[in-house]
Amino acid sequence: MTAQPTAAPRPDTGPGDGPRTPVSARKNRVRRLSGGDLVVVTLMTVIPTLFVLVLVWFPAIASVLLSFTNWNGIGPLNQIKGIGFTNYVNVATNYPPFWPALRHNLTFLAVLFLIATPIGMFLAVLLDKEMRFSRFYQTAIYLPVVLSLALVGFIWQLIYSRDQGLLNAVLHTQVDWYGDPNYNLWAALVATSWRHIGYIMLLYLAGLKAVDASLREAAAIDGASEVQTFFRVVFPVMRPINVIVLVVTVIESLRAFDLVWVINKGRNGLELIATLVTANVVGEASRIGFGSAMATIMLLISSVFVAVYVSIVMREERQK
Amino acid sequence: MSRPSTEAQYLASLIPPSVAATGIGRRSLLRGALAGAGFLGASGLLAACGSGGSSGSTGATPQAASGTLTFGSNQSDAVPKQAYAELVTGFNDPNIKVTTNTVDHNTFQENINTYLQGQPDDVFTWFAGYRMKFFASQGLVGDVSDVWQNLNGMPDPVKAASTGDDGKQYFVPFDNYPWAIFYRPSVFQQRGYQPPKTLDELVTLSTQMQKDGLVPIAFADKDGWPAMGTFDQLNLRINGYDFHVSLMAGKEAWDSDKVKKVFDTWNRLLPFHQPASLGRTWQEAAQSLQQKKAGMYVLGMFVGQQFTKGADQDDLDFFAFPEVDSAIGTSAVEAPIDGFMMAANPKNEAAAKKFLGYLGTPAAEGIYVKSDPTVIAVNTGADTAGYSKLQKKAVEFVGGAKQISQFLDRDTRPDFASTVMIPALQQFIKSPNDIDGLTKSIESQKKSIFTS
Repeated sequence: MTAQPTAAPRPDTGPGDGPRTPVSARKNRVRRLSGGDLVVVTLMTVIPTLFVLVLVWFPAIASVLLSFTNWNGIGPLNQIKGIGFTNYVNVATNYPPFWPALRHNLTFLAVLFLIATPIGMFLAVLLDKEMRFSRFYQTAIYLPVVLSLALVGFIWQLIYSRDQGLLNAVLHTQVDWYGDPNYNLWAALVATSWRHIGYIMLLYLAGLKAVDASLREAAAIDGASEVQTFFRVVFPVMRPINVIVLVVTVIESLRAFDLVWVINKGRNGLELIATLVTANVVGEASRIGFGSAMATIMLLISSVFVAVYVSIVMREERQK
Repeated sequence: MSRPSTEAQYLASLIPPSVAATGIGRRSLLRGALAGAGFLGASGLLAACGSGGSSGSTGATPQAASGTLTFGSNQSDAVPKQAYAELVTGFNDPNIKVTTNTVDHNTFQENINTYLQGQPDDVFTWFAGYRMKFFASQGLVGDVSDVWQNLNGMPDPVKAASTGDDGKQYFVPFDNYPWAIFYRPSVFQQRGYQPPKTLDELVTLSTQMQKDGLVPIAFADKDGWPAMGTFDQLNLRINGYDFHVSLMAGKEAWDSDKVKKVFDTWNRLLPFHQPASLGRTWQEAAQSLQQKKAGMYVLGMFVGQQFTKGADQDDLDFFAFPEVDSAIGTSAVEAPIDGFMMAANPKNEAAAKKFLGYLGTPAAEGIYVKSDPTVIAVNTGADTAGYSKLQKKAVEFVGGAKQISQFLDRDTRPDFASTVMIPALQQFIKSPNDIDGLTKSIESQKKSIFTS
């Protein structure tokens, strides 16, 4: 993508092609920035950097630092007392919801990665075939992505409701899908997947459209079947998209929060790290240090995946 | 505005006049955007400074109360909001202008820490008990002891619930409501049931109700807090008020035999509770009582909000949670008190105290209680002539109490209540037989929170 603009013919490359004055002015500009330009360029780099520092790095580092304190959110900053790793020890050994939450986060990751994402990719491959009404299917499958997860929670409430829900009416059961801790995680996962599939489908479809058609033709001439063509030719070519899909899946499963919060604030079988952080930090509880410790753990887990992603991207850049 | 008659005119109307006036180029647009971004950043910083520093005008205590006064209210629902508006109108002091800032109930509660450390309103709504004492001991709320010198008709337990650890008052109580076992007299009459006096009678009655096809005790704990009410009732009957207070203050062990007995007794009653409670809200449970599918419900008097005014609400009554230990009796009543506090550094202290003095009067309480028939005024001087049958009974019930507890999450640290007790009680409901493991876990978490 980035190669295209630079490859485009530039009007000012040929000397004397255009009118004289603008060309010389332009050349001048390339060589030396005027005072005003320098200010603009400096501001353009400094301000976004500041934003990133203030809005991303400062809170992240502050959370890590706070996780070693017992701050309750009240009083001046100089009264904060460091307590070492006590919060981490408490999280791991003295907070019953933590391990279920971690397990639930991993379940989210596993289900989205092993079930929802492959389904989304499969649908993309089908829709890529230019079948009839493919635009309609595309829209229909993508529609849930437009809705916020909170809204998705409400929509599924209508299906899952114990007394008035569609599912119980069809199955003639009396299951409390959102309330029973044996089922509610899976119920939430179905609702999340419903949305996730559309997202992956769209991402992947965009990638498939960009695959050079001659590759497929060549494979077909060589006698490869549809399945072989996909796994041997198309899939490897789509490596960058595959990595993005993987990262999106990981991010989605780690930040799964809204839906579960709407259902029951992440209690009773639906604990997730993000809901525990919120329950501890936001509100009257104000266990800022304790909640920050869990946020830091989440940060570490996400960093692993970010590191993997960055290393893959870097390797690719180098290969080019 | 006139409608554009041509397309060109319409398109031209889309450009704001400021843009249309200056022939704008790419450059100047960019510069403007940068300036805008810089301005945004700067104003953010300014706002941060503003909320950090408290106002300096504290020492000036004007002799006569006058000027403007801000009143922070969490009564965001239409009916109580209207009642608060009438309440403010009723203050009627020509020299003081009261401005009410209403914030959504839950938002107000969740942001209370930042609210109090920023620039809180001079007078604001809050709760009695540990939740009040906590902020008092942190110096985040103002001492209103001199308002109390002029308050008449406040019962002693109410005064105790308004007093901080240092013996000063920080809270002006306004209204409260009792927790008890609610039932429909028509159902009891039709089936020949009698309100039980002891735990054994409660078990007998529940067994009978089950036979009659009723859910004996409606129950819901999706929100996490209603089960605290049942725990409190049992604890008050089994171990008494003093134990409740010191247990909530973190001075007693949660894995002691006394607490285990509470869970054991509850476990005995659990088969009579409505099943699948963790997916149900209290409103839904209240409706099963209202629809006569359930016989009883342990809840606060706000259960009446799910009953329509008139005959439906008249067919709602309550009795005290039955006696478990005759040495303890049933003299302790749980009746959470709502009321008002003053900011630590109010902008207009004299007016704030005058307003608080007014809020503690029977007349002021009467204005509000009229709008909500599920609460009663705390002032014994309040006019009860307009009260419903239920309210009259509540006055008698709370008035006859020797001790008044607030509620689990109002009597203990908020972090302990929300991050330990809510999951713990839900865990108990899920697997009620592992009481030893549960109480041990609560105790070890309590230690980490109360000693931090």
